Amino acid sequence: MTETRIERHHYDVVVIGAGGAGLRAAIEARLAGKKTAIISKSLFGKAHTVMAEGGAAAAMGNVNSRDNWQVHFRDTMRGGKFLNNFRMAELHAKEAPQRIWELETYGALFDRTSDGKISQRNFGGHEYPRLAHVGDRTGLELIRTLQQKIVSLQQEDKQEFGSYDARIRVFSETTVTELLLDGDRVAGAFGYYRESGEFVLFEAPAVVLATGGVGRSYKVTSNSWEYTGDGHALALRAGATLINMEFLQFHPTGMVWPPSVKGILVTESVRGDGGVLKNSEGKRFMFDYVPDVFRKQYAETEEEADRWYTDPDNNRRPPELLPRDEVARAINSEVKEGRGTPAGGVYLDIASRKSAEEIRRRLPSMYHQFKELADVDITREPMEVGPTCHYVMGGVEVDPDSGAAYGAVRGLYAAGEVSGGMHGSNRLGGNSLSDLLVFGKRAGGHAATYADQLTTRPAVSVAAVEAAVETALAPLQRDTGESPYQLQQDLQAVMGDLVGIIRREGELEDAMRRLAELRERVAKVSAVGTRRYNPGWHLALDLRNMLVVSECTAMAALERQESRGGHTREDYPAMDPKWRSVNLVCSLDGDAVRLTRKPLPKMRPELIGLFDRAELAKYLTDEELAEFDALTEEANN
Amino acid sequence: MGSKRQFRIWRGDETGGDLKDYTVEVNEGEVVLDVIHRLQATEAPDLACRWNCKAGKCGSCSMEINGKPRLGCMTRMSTFEESETVTVTPLRTFPVIRDLVTDVSFNYEKARETPAFAPPADVAPGDYRMEQVDVERSQEFRKCIECFLCQNVCHVIRDHDENKPAFSGPRYFIRAAELDMHPLDARTDRREYAQSDMGLGFCNITKCCTEVCPEHIKITDNGIIPMKERVVDRRYDPLVWLGNKIFRRGQVPQTSATSGHSSGAVTSGGTHGGAHAHGGGPHVGGVHSHAGGSHDSAAERQAQQGVNWHREVPHPTAPAVDASGKLPLTELTFNKAAAPSPFGDDVTFPLPPEHLNFAHPQQDEPKH
Repeated sequence: MTETRIERHHYDVVVIGAGGAGLRAAIEARLAGKKTAIISKSLFGKAHTVMAEGGAAAAMGNVNSRDNWQVHFRDTMRGGKFLNNFRMAELHAKEAPQRIWELETYGALFDRTSDGKISQRNFGGHEYPRLAHVGDRTGLELIRTLQQKIVSLQQEDKQEFGSYDARIRVFSETTVTELLLDGDRVAGAFGYYRESGEFVLFEAPAVVLATGGVGRSYKVTSNSWEYTGDGHALALRAGATLINMEFLQFHPTGMVWPPSVKGILVTESVRGDGGVLKNSEGKRFMFDYVPDVFRKQYAETEEEADRWYTDPDNNRRPPELLPRDEVARAINSEVKEGRGTPAGGVYLDIASRKSAEEIRRRLPSMYHQFKELADVDITREPMEVGPTCHYVMGGVEVDPDSGAAYGAVRGLYAAGEVSGGMHGSNRLGGNSLSDLLVFGKRAGGHAATYADQLTTRPAVSVAAVEAAVETALAPLQRDTGESPYQLQQDLQAVMGDLVGIIRREGELEDAMRRLAELRERVAKVSAVGTRRYNPGWHLALDLRNMLVVSECTAMAALERQESRGGHTREDYPAMDPKWRSVNLVCSLDGDAVRLTRKPLPKMRPELIGLFDRAELAKYLTDEELAEFDALTEEANN
Repeated sequence: MGSKRQFRIWRGDETGGDLKDYTVEVNEGEVVLDVIHRLQATEAPDLACRWNCKAGKCGSCSMEINGKPRLGCMTRMSTFEESETVTVTPLRTFPVIRDLVTDVSFNYEKARETPAFAPPADVAPGDYRMEQVDVERSQEFRKCIECFLCQNVCHVIRDHDENKPAFSGPRYFIRAAELDMHPLDARTDRREYAQSDMGLGFCNITKCCTEVCPEHIKITDNGIIPMKERVVDRRYDPLVWLGNKIFRRGQVPQTSATSGHSSGAVTSGGTHGGAHAHGGGPHVGGVHSHAGGSHDSAAERQAQQGVNWHREVPHPTAPAVDASGKLPLTELTFNKAAAPSPFGDDVTFPLPPEHLNFAHPQQDEPKH
């Protein structure tokens, strides 16, 4: 292995990931005077953050002055079904407005209110209009603004030191495959340039993970190819822990066909405007899936349901408008019983129910999106839809204030989607963009402080680098294994079919068995071609990350015997207060994933006091409620 | 439901390569990027191609499809005939790394050379106040997804590597325009900088960049032309020239060139929403020369008569696009051998003498 050329760099802080959280962390580390590297799997500025459309939630109170951080905090905890790390939710609600205003000093141009302030829009789960936005491209604005701020810092460095790269450098199209340790301290990161296949070693005492989510392990997902759970897996292998991995956000109606729009969300208003769900036999099947508790509010015949659209006062709602998880469950079981479409979804038909003109008027963006991207005319043919994977709530277990990873490692930080706890069991729309900014800044700042206070720099061991090189080259040197594309497809099938939106004990056990088989096959994967920009090789290396993260999700989903937020168990359909105070923590024991339970941190009195007792009664155990009553009594005396 | 289609895809690296034939199954509703993914999953696992969001939002999968610069994820297979062979090649303006992947670092270098947003010194974060109508001008340019198709198609650098050092390209002209039009940007020399350091003068407004923009940004009409017009205002304005003849340099009568109302038109001198504090620079706004492309005869008559410091430049007009949002014209289908006239093809030469108000850039230098 010694003949392999390895480029070496020395940095104070290395940020892995160049989305919103990574760029914000890097800015903070650079502002703290640290020599900072940003490592991006894609080109600079292409991160998945650009897909965020809605906006960034921050209680600035520009549109409704009654909004404040306490209200935002309450909404976030409600959305996460009280499983959130309360301290993260608190910091997030308090600091989001400053982080948004700061973007304006970097050059961001948000949409405005009539008095010239940043405009804010309503969004599901937020009590007041709260999302700062730029049309439907808020994520792009965020990325571009941070990207341009980094360029501006580089211009300052050029003036001062004569080189743009003096203190902050972007390594684009570079993948990190391994974190290197010195004892329990982070010593560096090893990876390869995607363009050339050459290896590169970053020696650095502090590493910030900002690698995003895990959606590529699912058959139908709105996530890009980068979302292979790299940060989750790197953290595990470095001795850190993951929490809440059972919680994934799915949308019940994503497009499953044609492939060019697979995963793209179909808004719920299609059903609100008269769209109906049909199986492959043409049957409007939702009538068979109305649970008893909802029976009084939902129509029993198609005639009654159809009358509701024009006369909602005298008729009951059509069953297509049941809550998300009920719709998902129904679609799921139709498909599993063989009445799905060839692509594994069901039909969402609005074409036969409304005139083309009316559809275009009521759903202009849907109509244009599918027309432009896939030449699907939703006014003429039904859509094929099914549950699509959107966001992972789980991630690296971190110290809420600093973003430092818990577990047996020091010098490792995480921010954004790769970190866990902030969103509890379910994320509110708009909270992810502000999450990136708040915790990106914190992680970058604390990583810089950590690097500062070290008296000796941790050293990278030669043996560890050699091992990393060997692991990276292995798929190219084998020609007996399977194709990485086949393995990814099989993994996606296991996760999509068995660990999807609706879970059952038997299926999860089956998933565990199949993942164990896949683990052996992935260990023998082979890639053809050379090291130069070879997507097959890249995927072969990503597979092992996707696999270990999938194992975490499947294990935790099997363990948590309740339904809450982004985790729905058909065999345990209710929320259980006893599970509310438990986090499932994943770590690695050798190669195998180990699952432990850990109690949730207890909310401070002034924070829990923000909620009504009636609301808390839905979530807390009797003992917790008694404690709450004692607190209020104390406050009243 | 699928059918077999013929593809020719360029395979190779910087040492050379050639078009390779593939027969691929194509299903209804697929785009070119889907076909490339199918090839990767089957007979060409090492076919190199950038992509990311697959929804036309990130600008990664830029390529040339049948010679036309496009995003792979936004080019539907249904736009081709069943029997048509689809040829996919890498962007021509940038050096090939492998297959469809090119080295686009040129663009990132130019981005670093473009001066960044300069925040106003005395406005605290949270106190920024701007009108929606004023931010919208810049917001149009901030829609840019940096796919670099405009850079790729621009004939100043396409096949002309020698122009690259001096020319930033359309992407960065609209970046300069965006900052120029930003209501609170503290720098006042954006357009002068674009002219002197970014090579704005190389552009002769063939609008190819506008034509390929997947975000339908009016790069030329709303970005480049207003920048050029306002540079022209200062550099070639006959009144400025006259003023320089009469007064000594530096004594030209100054005007703030602000019209109190904001009707949405671009006021000469370029103040936006009143929030923009021009630092009293040498702003001699006002009368336009023909080089700006204005054919408003009343305004021209007024210009002949004397000083009109407050004349409004007509709003940039949208290009006449067809149903798909593209110009109905490409260089290939154009009925003339060369690019359209930068003066507009409706202008005939020689111009009537009363329309002539061109001043040569070097005219006030001493003659020998």
